[in-house]
Amino acid sequence: MKEKLIFEKSTPGRKAYSLPPIDTPEVELTTLLPEEIIRQEPAQLPELSEVDVVRHFTRLSQMNYGVDTGFYPLGSCTMKYNPKINENMSRLPGFALAHPYQPEELSQGALKLMYDLSEILSEIAGMDKFTLQPAAGAHGEFTGILIIKAYHQHRGDKKRTKVIIPDSAHGTNPATASLCGFETIEIKSNAHGLVDLEELKKLVGEDTAALMLTNPNTLGLFEKEIIAIADIVHEAGGLLYYDGANMNAIMGYARPGDMGFDVVHYNLHKTFATPHGGGGPGAGPVGVKQFLAPYLPKPVVEYDDEKQKYFFDYNRPHSIGRVKAFYGNFGVAVKAYTYILALGAAGLKEASEIAVLNANYLKTILQGKYHVPFDQVCKHEFIISPEKRVKEKGIKTLDIAKRLVDYGFHPPTVYFPLIVEEAMMIEPTETETQETLDAFAQALIDICQEALDNPEILHNAPHSTHVSRFDEATAARKPILRWKKN
Amino acid sequence: MYPNNLKYSKEHEWVDLESKKIGITHYAQESLGDVVFVELPEVGAEFEVGDSLGVVESVKAVSDVYSPVSGKVTAVNEALLDNPELINQDPYGEGWIVEMEITGGEEDLLSAEEYERLIKEE
Amino acid sequence: MRFVPHTLKEKEEMLKTIGITSTDELFRDIPEEIRLKKGLNLPTGLDEITLQKEIETLAGNNAHLNDYISFLGAGAYDHYRPSIIDHLLLRSEFYTAYTPYQPEISQGTLQAIFEFQTLICELTGMDVANASVYDGASALAEAVLMAVTQTRKNKVLISSTVHPEYREVVKTYAWPRGIEILELPYQEGLTDLSILDEHISQDVGAVVIQNPNFFGSIEKVKEIAELTHQHKALLIACVDPISLGLLEAPGNLGADIVVGEGQSLGLPVSFGGPYLGFMATREKYLRRLPGRIVGIAKDRLDREGFVLTLQAREQHIRREKASSNICSNQALCALAATIYLSTLGKQGMREVAMQCLTKSNYAKQILKEIEGVEVAFPQNYTFKEFVLKLSEPVSSVNQRLLKHKILGGLDLGKFYPELENHMLLCVTETRSREDIDLLKRVWEGVQ
Repeated sequence: MKEKLIFEKSTPGRKAYSLPPIDTPEVELTTLLPEEIIRQEPAQLPELSEVDVVRHFTRLSQMNYGVDTGFYPLGSCTMKYNPKINENMSRLPGFALAHPYQPEELSQGALKLMYDLSEILSEIAGMDKFTLQPAAGAHGEFTGILIIKAYHQHRGDKKRTKVIIPDSAHGTNPATASLCGFETIEIKSNAHGLVDLEELKKLVGEDTAALMLTNPNTLGLFEKEIIAIADIVHEAGGLLYYDGANMNAIMGYARPGDMGFDVVHYNLHKTFATPHGGGGPGAGPVGVKQFLAPYLPKPVVEYDDEKQKYFFDYNRPHSIGRVKAFYGNFGVAVKAYTYILALGAAGLKEASEIAVLNANYLKTILQGKYHVPFDQVCKHEFIISPEKRVKEKGIKTLDIAKRLVDYGFHPPTVYFPLIVEEAMMIEPTETETQETLDAFAQALIDICQEALDNPEILHNAPHSTHVSRFDEATAARKPILRWKKN
Repeated sequence: MYPNNLKYSKEHEWVDLESKKIGITHYAQESLGDVVFVELPEVGAEFEVGDSLGVVESVKAVSDVYSPVSGKVTAVNEALLDNPELINQDPYGEGWIVEMEITGGEEDLLSAEEYERLIKEE
Repeated sequence: MRFVPHTLKEKEEMLKTIGITSTDELFRDIPEEIRLKKGLNLPTGLDEITLQKEIETLAGNNAHLNDYISFLGAGAYDHYRPSIIDHLLLRSEFYTAYTPYQPEISQGTLQAIFEFQTLICELTGMDVANASVYDGASALAEAVLMAVTQTRKNKVLISSTVHPEYREVVKTYAWPRGIEILELPYQEGLTDLSILDEHISQDVGAVVIQNPNFFGSIEKVKEIAELTHQHKALLIACVDPISLGLLEAPGNLGADIVVGEGQSLGLPVSFGGPYLGFMATREKYLRRLPGRIVGIAKDRLDREGFVLTLQAREQHIRREKASSNICSNQALCALAATIYLSTLGKQGMREVAMQCLTKSNYAKQILKEIEGVEVAFPQNYTFKEFVLKLSEPVSSVNQRLLKHKILGGLDLGKFYPELENHMLLCVTETRSREDIDLLKRVWEGVQ
């Protein structure tokens, strides 16, 4: 099954749209626009009928695998079920068709939602004030680290040029630090996969701007020494940044704010079940402790007790400025808000409880069949790698991942974190049943056996898809990035 | 794998002190994997030991090419722009990266034997 | 409502397999002193019926474009959205998927992005486009970073006719990197060539304009490009994709990086987001282009398909050396734009643009007949927005309009103090002559 490109299906003269006639008086185009700026060559856009367009994209959708298709244990991405009511709510005309510049008096519902969501996010993370402006996790990191930069600069402390980041961190962390004009200092994990306290003591100093940390970390392990870590960084005058990618592990159990973090970001598309959309849109709200609130991007939604109305506060002289036009991915915020209201306090805690239960259950079943580099209680995700006897057959993690596709599963995150060789990072999430976990574990165990008996079947996997493994090197050497008419 | 007539840096570059050519070692190209892109410096650019004189990208990794010596670039291997895979196929021959007028830094380079010992430890 | 499927019996079985008796044991690695003792101070969960009512009540407290006749634009536009878009976006194989890391089971997303890249190149007249970024403003900021890295020149000139919020975002991105941003004052609603000439020098890495600009006026792109290139700087043009149905492609006018907001291409205004930033450039700057890029590849049986390519530019590989930290894109919004452009096609895009141009110019003609109203910057050509100068505060006119369920234009005094009593109006293909005539009558107090 291959679907032609939309351009190859075009037939001149075909139409899928329907517009009203122009009912204003007819005017000569050249009286409205000078000749030299009128487009000479129309853009070569495809011409199809409505049913052609619908079928084309329906077929494309059938070539995709989503959470609704099956188990999607992509570590660090929290591919939980996306409740359908969220989609309906974000499409209500009062949200989807509200103009960002319509008067505040006529936007009180939207403003209240933003205000309430900010308060709820503060409660869950133990922070004081949130902005919903950042459009994604990486955008939240950028916002949060800039807030830290502004804070140090505002105090006249210009020596703080370095951000400390564990070697197990997401690539966005060091990229963010650079984007914000900081130098990245990498801190090695200790033998238990955690931040090495002695090493940290050596690294901090009067040039430390911040430590960026994910907790539980990308190995799925809780940083038990977090209080000591926070003390070391704070005593050196640095601040603590919390990468909220793994927040799904601890809701209702612990809060970054109580651990000593000064700035956090969430990924609403991970923790709060808004869909990933094939890569976006997400949302990356950022929360801070009170002393950093003046630096938040503007505007911030506030409530005026006297007038009893919500409003955008633009009068924030210390703000880092805007990171996005308007107020953030509001439509995504509506979905997260709906999800949080559906679950409530107990439901959120249960989500984390079961996410962690599922991860530990799956890890237990796989123990002995796969190498488990950090053999201890994990949080919502864990790392495995192929055993030596499998590797000796020339089998790599990539082969196992591709073979999982033939078994009907989406592969886990592979080759990350970088500190574990041939890593597979598995995050089952709370929305998966015991049967699904059993079936997935069995597939991994069967693949292990196949690797020993018939490694070739893994090398050439997947076999069940209409395309197989690609030659990515040639694709990158001679990039073809768009269609062109012959 | 590591010709005796070449000198090596700890950052996995080689230098031919006769032809004044510089490239990355067999070990470096193997750990990078299929090279897909090479960023070359301009002819005439000057570098100190340890400066980044270019970048080598593979599908899954990227690495700076650190100048193993000090000097001025006299030629760059433009064939790499169209065929970056030459670095994988022939790292010491067709896959050379730059040619330099060397002004210093040779004394700290490793011999083939010393370099092989180094990569065994890695 | 809950979305965990476990029965009590299953939970017990699972605990037994792990060898523990309570899930509390799985959280003992969280130190006692930071373990949350009391529950979260949040309301209890809601059933579906109650939940829906509660959210609908909030939504009901907002004005919206189905309820008002809107002449408000300024970066968020009320355009025709073919019904098929939402139906296709709701194919859950699209919206519940993640980034296409496993190309064998992500060909749908990958092919759609490849088509998106092609459509953006076609519209803008550029060689290459990425898979999208967060929105028009961040696309512009990323373009500035890209130009500064490419030219190794740290100074950027930005016209004050660029959307004020976009300029704020550019400044936020520029500040930590020490990039100097100089705003060029406008003259008569346009970027002024003599002012540009005065400020441009060999130290300038990029010149940034918007076309049509924030006032709706059409800039002299070609002349600006020539002046920019004389000083070896890059021209960054932020464009309205709808206008490209009728206006010359910026690639043919000399732009080096073209960015823009894609909301007009089938996305609802949604109180400001999620939207879609697009970025396109010349082949020679491809390696500097941030974000995801999809390319054609062959599989081991020589079958053609699509993969994420040139990934070594990106943060997950380059880490602190990456030129951008962007990790996601706005894939689903890009899909909406792809469906939109496929639906409208070659003729439809021209027709929509023609409608915007004609209807907005009609509005401009008749509104200036109102006493105390004149067209600001009358000598400029405008596309779908234009500025009126009023003899009274914008807010008082808008208050009158609201009583008749009309959303008037933007009060420009909010962003430009010197433009007090100036209103920015927008007329798209969704407005009829009747709407425009009604606006005039209500404004005049006849109705």
